[in-house]
Amino acid sequence: MIEQSIIQTDATLTSAEIREIDAELAHMPQKSGAAIDALKIVQSYRGWVSDEALVAIARYLDMSPEALEGVATFYNLIYRQPVGDKVVLFCDSVSCWIRGCDGVKQKISEKLGVDYGETTTDNQYTLIPVPCLGACDKAPVMMVGDDLYTNLDDEKINQIFDSNVDRGGES
Amino acid sequence: MPTIYIDDKPYEVDAGKNLLEACLNLGLDLPYFCWHPAMGSIGSCRQCAMVQYQNEEDTRGRIVMGCMTPVTDGARLSLQGEAASEFRESVIESLMLNHPHDCPVCAEGGECHLQDMTVMVGHRDRNYRGKKNTHRNQYLGPLISHEMNRCISCYRCVRFYKDYAGGTDLAALASHDHVYFGRHQEGVLQSEFAGNLVEVCPTGVFTDKTLLAQYTRKWDLQSAPSICVGCAAGCNTMPGERYGKLKRIHNRYNHEVNGYFLCDRGRFGGDFVNSESRLDFAGLQNDDGSYLPVKAEQALATAASWGQGDKVFAVGSPRASVESNYLLRRLVGAENFCPGFSDTEQRLVQQVANTLSQTRAISPSMKQIESADAVLILGEDVSNTAPRLALALRQSVRNKALELGTELRLEPWMDAAIRNLAQDQRSPMFIAGVSETRLNDIVETHVSLAPDDIARLGFAVAAEISGNPVDDLGVDLSALVVTIATALKKAKRPLIVSGTSLLNPSVIDGATAVAEALAAEKETMLSLSVSECNSLGVTMLDGGEGPDLTELAALAINGDIDTLLVLENDLYRRGTPEEIDRLLDNVKQLVVLDSLDNATLSKAQLALPASTFAESEGTLVNNEGRAQRYYPVFVDEEDRRASWQWLSLLGQATGASGFDQLQHFDQVAAACAQDIPALSEIVSAAPDHLFRNRGLKIPRQTPRYSGRTAMRADVSVHEPKQPVDEETPFAYSMEGLGSGQPSSLMPYTWAPGWNSNQSIQKFQDEAGGAIKGGTAGVRLIIPGQGVPHDVTEISATELRTTELGVFNPSASEWLLVPVYRVFGSDELSAHAPAIAELAGVAQVILHPSDAQSLQVSDGDGVSVICSIETAPLEVALDPTLARGCVGFTAGMAGVETLSAGSTVGLQKATDWVRRLPELIASDRPKVRGVQNV
Repeated sequence: MIEQSIIQTDATLTSAEIREIDAELAHMPQKSGAAIDALKIVQSYRGWVSDEALVAIARYLDMSPEALEGVATFYNLIYRQPVGDKVVLFCDSVSCWIRGCDGVKQKISEKLGVDYGETTTDNQYTLIPVPCLGACDKAPVMMVGDDLYTNLDDEKINQIFDSNVDRGGES
Repeated sequence: MPTIYIDDKPYEVDAGKNLLEACLNLGLDLPYFCWHPAMGSIGSCRQCAMVQYQNEEDTRGRIVMGCMTPVTDGARLSLQGEAASEFRESVIESLMLNHPHDCPVCAEGGECHLQDMTVMVGHRDRNYRGKKNTHRNQYLGPLISHEMNRCISCYRCVRFYKDYAGGTDLAALASHDHVYFGRHQEGVLQSEFAGNLVEVCPTGVFTDKTLLAQYTRKWDLQSAPSICVGCAAGCNTMPGERYGKLKRIHNRYNHEVNGYFLCDRGRFGGDFVNSESRLDFAGLQNDDGSYLPVKAEQALATAASWGQGDKVFAVGSPRASVESNYLLRRLVGAENFCPGFSDTEQRLVQQVANTLSQTRAISPSMKQIESADAVLILGEDVSNTAPRLALALRQSVRNKALELGTELRLEPWMDAAIRNLAQDQRSPMFIAGVSETRLNDIVETHVSLAPDDIARLGFAVAAEISGNPVDDLGVDLSALVVTIATALKKAKRPLIVSGTSLLNPSVIDGATAVAEALAAEKETMLSLSVSECNSLGVTMLDGGEGPDLTELAALAINGDIDTLLVLENDLYRRGTPEEIDRLLDNVKQLVVLDSLDNATLSKAQLALPASTFAESEGTLVNNEGRAQRYYPVFVDEEDRRASWQWLSLLGQATGASGFDQLQHFDQVAAACAQDIPALSEIVSAAPDHLFRNRGLKIPRQTPRYSGRTAMRADVSVHEPKQPVDEETPFAYSMEGLGSGQPSSLMPYTWAPGWNSNQSIQKFQDEAGGAIKGGTAGVRLIIPGQGVPHDVTEISATELRTTELGVFNPSASEWLLVPVYRVFGSDELSAHAPAIAELAGVAQVILHPSDAQSLQVSDGDGVSVICSIETAPLEVALDPTLARGCVGFTAGMAGVETLSAGSTVGLQKATDWVRRLPELIASDRPKVRGVQNV
């Protein structure tokens, strides 16, 4: 017979995760309908969705890992790589661009020492671009973790990241 | 018929089609990528754009996608207009942004649909100077190579792999310009139809890895029409050769048989032609068992001296052509000719042949199978025994979806709409087998039963349909019997599938009973699978007259056999070693004609090297009773000859009557057709050697075939004369005329501007339809011409269910059932290295609770105890296996002593060493940063 996938996984879902996923499943006519919710639930506990976690979710939802991977990788906000404690979602869409987000982005990169897709060495922040956060009237905007920050400028960036964490000797 | 106006010219087109189909059917070149005639339209690639105008006054019009727009009467369209042309060119340009300029090193080059379409739209200059996206490729197994950078995101691969073939391990990943088609993790693609990605992909993302290892461009391949020898489905193929090596096998379109697709056993299994165990010369066995190579003349003289008198017997072969078998039978006489099956299988295939010619049910082509709206499969694991059939069955369950679509006036080509509409609703399919099959994801009900119980279920369903329900089933299946009977009665085109693979005659009887019960009321299909490419042909030739192997052995022991001729047959696959030894050890001279070394050949006093399907001509009869012709792709090297040629020469040498008139293939085929009424139509399978295409032979080589004068320069700078082909309408050259001939004579597909396999649409009467001038092959068994079975026979099924008795599992004894593997169970394809890599080792398949009581698990060893204790085999667990049964991987090395249907004991092997996951060789990329030691 064809050799089965060599990489096996023993990762399992925690009972808390299963409880939440089950709650979602209760609303779904088909198990695979809860795919996005299940990914979000697991990510909320673990910060990101590892290969092992993805296989475990797929198994729990009677999906093939490929089918779930298709869903997971389709959405920017499902993280298939480890991210820092907080994700910085920086809007680089048109309103923010008109209002000068490029300069702000540069300031963030200087402040944190990371470019898009990178995580600070202390594992505090991951910087990711996002196309629109729905707050164009207050552009430029970004989210740090669950908090929205508006009308960004260099000074604000300093405040936000200085107040959020003691950055030690950096910059 | 609606009239549409394209560029102000009126055309009559078929209603119900889309504009793309309509254009292609009219012979107009409209570029496309994502549309596929077998898979319909989804409108994802935007390539087949046209401009549609509201009316004659409308001068602006709007862009529409040809594949998504139904034909409407009076529609006004522009195909060549500037707006449409520019749009199409801009689509190609955008696809080219990320497409690498690697055509010279790409395996698709020269037969690339993307190349063709790029040229067609006139996009010549690349304006983009930025960076291109790059992807990391995946290891997808030994058959398929992956190069994602070339992807144009047409989605054809996943639509074939998932939607059409039911695979689960290939998906569209990520989004926008990062879309990636691959697996979750690297590994072997699990579907046995993965090889079709090579042909489905319009560019070079998925390519044939076995071809890459010995690469030749399509235009440099010499090809001829051929038939797959991997199973009895009879798929049409196009093998390609260069430098005396079979390079690859591509699908050859046959509307009624394989359509656009092959299975991987067929596509990659033909590599056995290049095997090192091929015989090059005739050999006489020395006393020490080694062989002395001899010239063909000497070999023939020896064989002729042994072949005199009436003590000459012969064993034919279900994997040799009708013509070879016919000559052999004629040489030794019908009563001395054994068709070459195991005893059980010989009777079973005869039973199948009789059933097909007697039943009122239709023996369906695969095209007809796709039209079934209710299916009952009894015992046959078609995914492993006739994989292409399983793919056709997979399409049949979609008829429910198409029906729902019709209610909403959706056409069958509106693929996305129909799949969205139907979701999980399928036409009913019921399977009774010894374990679950790979069709399990689409069945309504699967039930695992022992073979006799499968037959009993069949009889019970038949009885239920004819209104005389049985009450002695014993097993609790009454509800299922009613469900199946109701679904079949409700269906318009019910199909019953069974076959010989379980080696149980009652199973076939049970299936026949159901089909007969249904055929009394409506058109019913009965598809019976046999095991090898010409099982049915040799059986129709034999007509049940010849002795079986046991009878031959008895004659041999009696001293009645001086010389035994064996044609392309490893008898050790046909019986236990003792049974075959009894025969072979008791004949004075054994002459074996075969292409590959095997156990039977090693016993021969005289071995004759036979050509394979790729180097010879012949007719094969597939399991629907269709005779199809294959032709030599290239001239065989060394001293090999086609079996029919050896036998013709042998007949002439022995002075057998009439053999002076059997020197040419067409003479043999004609004589066979004349002598054997059941095979009288084989001469119509394809035109004879005198056929000329408007006065010219048909070239095996493409018009661009290059380097002919230089190919052998390393041997000699003198170009040899091209071989002359006196037996077929083909020429071993690029001279001649290769278009407009009958479809059975198509060596390759090519049309001006269409270098890829998509060029087949230029030869079809309509997109996805039959090849112009008729479908290749001829049906020997006319569907549904049988006489009605005696009605009393059906009411007697109650007796049959009683007679067979309920199967009772025992705790210490098991019923041995054959389990088939798509890779490994077939004799010849197992010699192809890539197939062998996937085949693994012989296994014993146990139910987990049996394994528990034997204290073994997956990967442990277990000995099977029948008359003798056999060498231990690896254990594989299958929780779906019928209780009381134990499976063994049929046809694989190590199971020779096991015979299906016997009752056996099992014992844990004590000194068994578990097999470690071990890679002998791999082209998997090395892990970065790890020193390769």
